[in-house]
Amino acid sequence: MTLPLRPLVRRLPGSGGLDVEISLSVPSALEYVADAVDVIARHCADAPLSARVLRFNLRVALAEALANAILYGNREDASKNVRIRAELSRDGVRLLVSDEGPGFDPSSVPDPTDTPRIGREAGRGLFVIRQLADEVTFNAEGNGVCLIFRSH
Amino acid sequence: MSFSLRKDSHGVVVVGVDGQLIVGNRQELKQKVLDALEGGAKKFVIDFSKTGYIDSSGLGVLVSLSKKIREEGGDLRLAGLNEDLQTLFELTKLDTLFAITKTPEEALAAF
Repeated sequence: MTLPLRPLVRRLPGSGGLDVEISLSVPSALEYVADAVDVIARHCADAPLSARVLRFNLRVALAEALANAILYGNREDASKNVRIRAELSRDGVRLLVSDEGPGFDPSSVPDPTDTPRIGREAGRGLFVIRQLADEVTFNAEGNGVCLIFRSH
Repeated sequence: MSFSLRKDSHGVVVVGVDGQLIVGNRQELKQKVLDALEGGAKKFVIDFSKTGYIDSSGLGVLVSLSKKIREEGGDLRLAGLNEDLQTLFELTKLDTLFAITKTPEEALAAF
């Protein structure tokens, strides 16, 4: 059983309703991933992004970032949460996903499409995020990732 | 999110993925397919016609199931991928690892 997720929605004044910030705190359990992705994606439905990016890229990339944060960041520790902030503007959507773990070095993750690695079961998450978002950056600690989806 | 299993008249198991195949439910799919494999089934088609999205954990489970089924002398085919899902398989080069057909019927006919 999962508890309902309650996002905090803030509309920034003076933007004609275009600039919106959604914050969501997600418990460190994998069964929350689908619901959390759904909640955020529904709030992004009016963002100036293509139907495909809204339907697919944003959902899959967020699911990956959340799973990484829950599994490798917070190590499924029930006392820790993953925080998501979605910032909507006329430029597109910025998704910030941060965990309470020690962080990691994203440059240490090898390319999963190199021939010897194609048949491996794991190790594709970060690669998929980089393919689906327009820009991916990490904070200095390596426990927070920012995914940018631009309106073109 | 749910998985349905049915056997066609030639004993091929067709697994329908309704909704998402992601980190939160991949074990359920894995267990259902492994149970069928244990029960003697050898040929499998996974039908993604009703699937919203798959994440890398979902892809990982497909890789692992495909290996396991081949080890048992069987075969796993994928069918019904929409344009989004097809792109995901191409990006990760997993389209080179799996036999993919447009419809489950084509996959069944190819066995």
